[in-house]
Amino acid sequence: MQSGRERTKMTHPGTERDEAQVRESKRSRQAARIAEAASAGVKTLLVKIFLLAIVDAISVYALFVLLLRADWVVFGAVLLVTLIVNWIYFSKQKLPAKYLTPGLIFLLIFQIFVVGYSGYIAFTNYGTGHNSTKQDAISALIVSSQQRVPDSATYKLTVVEQLGNYSFLVTEPDGTVSLGGTDAPLRTVTDATLDDTGKAVALPGYTSLKFNDIVANQEKIAALSVPLSDDPNDGTLRTPDGSKAYLYLSDLVYDEAAGTMTDTKTNTVYTDNGKTGSFVAADGTELLPGWKVEVGLANFAKAFGSESIRGPLISVTLWTFAFAFLSVLTTFGLGLFLAIVFNDMRMRGRNVYRVVLILPYAFPAFLSALVWAGMLNPQFGFVNQVLFGGADIPWLTNEWLAKFSIIFVNLWLGFPYMFLVCTGALQSIPDEIQEAATVDGARPFQVFRLIKLPLLLVSVAPLLISSFAFNFNNFNLIYMLTNGGPRDVTAGVNVGSTDILISMVYKVAFVGANRDYGLASAFSIIIFLLVALVSVISFKQTKALEELN
Amino acid sequence: MRIAAPETSDLYIPTKRPFNFGRWFSRTGWRHLVGAIMVVFSAFPLLYVLSASLHPGGTLITANGLFSEVDLGSYQTLFNLPQQPYAAWYGNTLLIGGITSVCTVFLGALAAYSFSRMRFIGRRPGLLMLVLVQMFPQLLAVVAIFLLLNGISDIFPAIGLDSQVGLIMVYLGGALGVNTYLMYGFFNTVPASIDEAAKIDGAGHARIFFTIILRLVAPILAVVGLLSFVGTTNEFVIASIVLITPEKQTLAVGLYQFVSQEFSSNYSVFAAGAVLAALPVMALFLWLQKYIVGGLTAGSVK
Repeated sequence: MQSGRERTKMTHPGTERDEAQVRESKRSRQAARIAEAASAGVKTLLVKIFLLAIVDAISVYALFVLLLRADWVVFGAVLLVTLIVNWIYFSKQKLPAKYLTPGLIFLLIFQIFVVGYSGYIAFTNYGTGHNSTKQDAISALIVSSQQRVPDSATYKLTVVEQLGNYSFLVTEPDGTVSLGGTDAPLRTVTDATLDDTGKAVALPGYTSLKFNDIVANQEKIAALSVPLSDDPNDGTLRTPDGSKAYLYLSDLVYDEAAGTMTDTKTNTVYTDNGKTGSFVAADGTELLPGWKVEVGLANFAKAFGSESIRGPLISVTLWTFAFAFLSVLTTFGLGLFLAIVFNDMRMRGRNVYRVVLILPYAFPAFLSALVWAGMLNPQFGFVNQVLFGGADIPWLTNEWLAKFSIIFVNLWLGFPYMFLVCTGALQSIPDEIQEAATVDGARPFQVFRLIKLPLLLVSVAPLLISSFAFNFNNFNLIYMLTNGGPRDVTAGVNVGSTDILISMVYKVAFVGANRDYGLASAFSIIIFLLVALVSVISFKQTKALEELN
Repeated sequence: MRIAAPETSDLYIPTKRPFNFGRWFSRTGWRHLVGAIMVVFSAFPLLYVLSASLHPGGTLITANGLFSEVDLGSYQTLFNLPQQPYAAWYGNTLLIGGITSVCTVFLGALAAYSFSRMRFIGRRPGLLMLVLVQMFPQLLAVVAIFLLLNGISDIFPAIGLDSQVGLIMVYLGGALGVNTYLMYGFFNTVPASIDEAAKIDGAGHARIFFTIILRLVAPILAVVGLLSFVGTTNEFVIASIVLITPEKQTLAVGLYQFVSQEFSSNYSVFAAGAVLAALPVMALFLWLQKYIVGGLTAGSVK
C-alpha cells in the first residue's frame, strides 16, 4: 500500500509535485476512510460490538468482585487492560494493535508475567507450611490446637444455609439468639423464629437444614468453627452433631501487642523472629504453619551453599547438558544416515519405508515413554524376558544403564524428525553441484563430506539448536521413563541420577509432602539463565536473527 | 553372418541384465537391509502395545507373548474402571486440544497478518521478541503458573485451579511465539498485490484477512493447528498441576497416574488406553503428513 502511494508521488514532476502530493495524500486519506467505512458493513460492526460487550461484561464482573475483596493492585491492572482494549478497538486507527492485542494479552500474562513472578517467588519461602499471610497462619494455629472447654455451656444450634455457605444460628443458655459463620464472628439477631423450647429454628433469608441435610453434609458441618468474637483468643463454637454447639478454646494464645504466641499448657512463648516467617520458641522449636515472607537470597544460598543440594544440582546440570547434546547428536546422526540411505532414486518402496519410519514421531510422546518403560522393566519387560532370555538387566534402575536407556528411547522418539528434516534438506541441494564435483574427480564420500554436509548444516543448524533447547527441557521422557531415578539418597532434595533440571524443579515443587516453591523457583531462574546463555551463543553463531526483516 | 553381425549389435537392446546379487546388494540391496532393520526398530514397540492391549486381563509379563491371544476384553475393562474415568479423559483431551489449537491458529494468524502486512513502530522488536520467547517454554515457569492460578481461583474459581478453561488460557499464552513465526514466513509468500487488488475493489482489512488471506494460507494453518493439538495432547507438566479432579484430567495426566500406581498388573488395560489415545493423533498426522514435512523444516520440533 505504502509503496503504491510512493509510486504515484513519483509521477508528478518538479514543484507541482509537493503541492499535488499534499492534495493527493489528503484526498487519498479521505478516500481510504470512505472505502473503509463503506466496506465495514453493519453486520461486522454488530459482531465487533457484541464481542467487545462480552469482554467488557466479564471485566465489569471481575472489577466488581475485586472491589468487594479490596484487591487494589489487580483491580487497577484489570481496569487498565479493559480501558486499553476498548480504546484500541473503538479507535479508527491502531490497525496493527487490533490484530496483535488478543494474542499479546495471553502472552504477557501467561508467558512474560509468570517469568517475573518466578523471579519474585525465588526470593520468598513460599511452600508447604508457608502458604499464606501471617493473619491466616495465626487463625490456623489457634484453630488447630483447639480443645473443647470442659463443663462449658451448651448452645442450642440450628445450622442454616445461605448461597451455599453454612452458618450457625445459636441460642445461648440465657436465651440470646446469635448468628455466625466461619468468617463472620457471632452477632446477635432479633428476628429469628423460636420454637416451644425457646430454641431459634429459622431466620429470614436463610434456609434451616433438616436432619437429612445435616447427615449428608456431616463432614463439612463438623469442620465449621465459628469465632465467638473478633479476638481469636476468645475461642470458637463447633458442633459434633449439628444440634448442639460447644465452646472450644485454643491452647495457644496470641498476644497482638507483643506479637507472640503462648502455649498455655507449657507456658512456652513463641516469637516471630521476622526472618523465617513463623513463630519460634527460644529453644528453636518452630510452630507450623507459618506464613510467606521474603527471604532474600536464602533459596540461592541453599541451592549453592548446602553440600547436600549443591552436589546434586551440579550433577543434574551436567547431565542436562549431556543429555540434550547426546540426544541431538544421536538423532541427527541416525536421521542423516537414513536420509542418505533412502535418498536414492533407484531404490523401490521408499515411500513405504518413510511412512513406517515416521510412526514413532506420530505416536504421542508421553505414551511412547510409558510403553518403553514397560518394555525395559527389569523383571517382566520384553527386552529382558525375551531378547535377553530372562536376564535381569537393570535398564531403568542402574545409574548408567538408565542414562543409556534414556538416550536410546529418545533416539527412537527423535530420529524420524531428523530423518524428515535431513531428507528435505538433501533434496533441496541442486544435483548440478554433485555432478560438478564428480566431474572434478571427487569420490562419493568426498562429495558428501566437503559439499553436501556443509550445505545441509547451513539449513538444519537452526533446527538443531531448537532441538537442543527442546531436549534441554524434555520433561515427559525423563519423568515417564525413569521418574528421574534411581534416586540419590544422599541428596537433600528429591532427585535422582537421570533427573534433568526441569524435572528437578517439578519434583521439588509438586511431588511429595514437602513442597518448596521458593527453592523450585530459584532452580527455574537458574534454568532461565542457562537457556538464555545457550540462546545467545547459538544465535550469535548462526546469525539467524539477521535474516529477520 | 558377416553382414548380419553389425546389424544385430545395432538392434540389440539389453532389455534385462542377468540378475547379479552382489551388484544389486551393493547398489540398493543394502539399503533395503537398513530399511528392514529400521522398520523393525520403529514399528516393534507399536506392535507390542497393540498386542498387549489385545491380551485379555494381561499383565506386563503376559504381554511378552506377542499376539498369542486376541480379545477385546481390555478395551471393555478400560471404559468400566471405577476410579479412572477414561472416557472423560478422552473427551477432555480432544476438547482441550481442539479448543487450544483452534484458538492458537486464530491468534497466531492475526498476529502474523499484522507483522506481514503492516508497518508499525515496534514491529522488528516484536518479531525479535517472538523468536526469543520460543526459547523459554512455559513449563519453566510452572511454579509461578500454579501460584498464579491458585491466586486467580480465590477470585474467580471458574478460571483458576482445577478448571479446564484456566488450563486452555495458560496454553494460549504460548500461542504467539513459534507459531506466529512459522505463519509469518508463510504469509510473506502470499503476494501483497492480492491485498491491494482487494482493497481497490472496496474490501476492508477484516474482509481481506478473513475471506482472502486465511484461505490462501490454509496449509500453514493446518500445520500449526496440528502441531498445537499434538503438543497439547502430550502436555503433562502444566495439566498435571492445574487439573486435580479425575473427571477433569487429560489422557496424559490420567494414564500416567493410572499406570504409575500398579505398573505391571494393569498393563493390558493401559495398553488399550494407549492405543485408543494414539489413534486420533496418528490419523491426523498421517493424513496431514505432506503439509507437516513442509512445516517442520520451517522450524518446529516435537
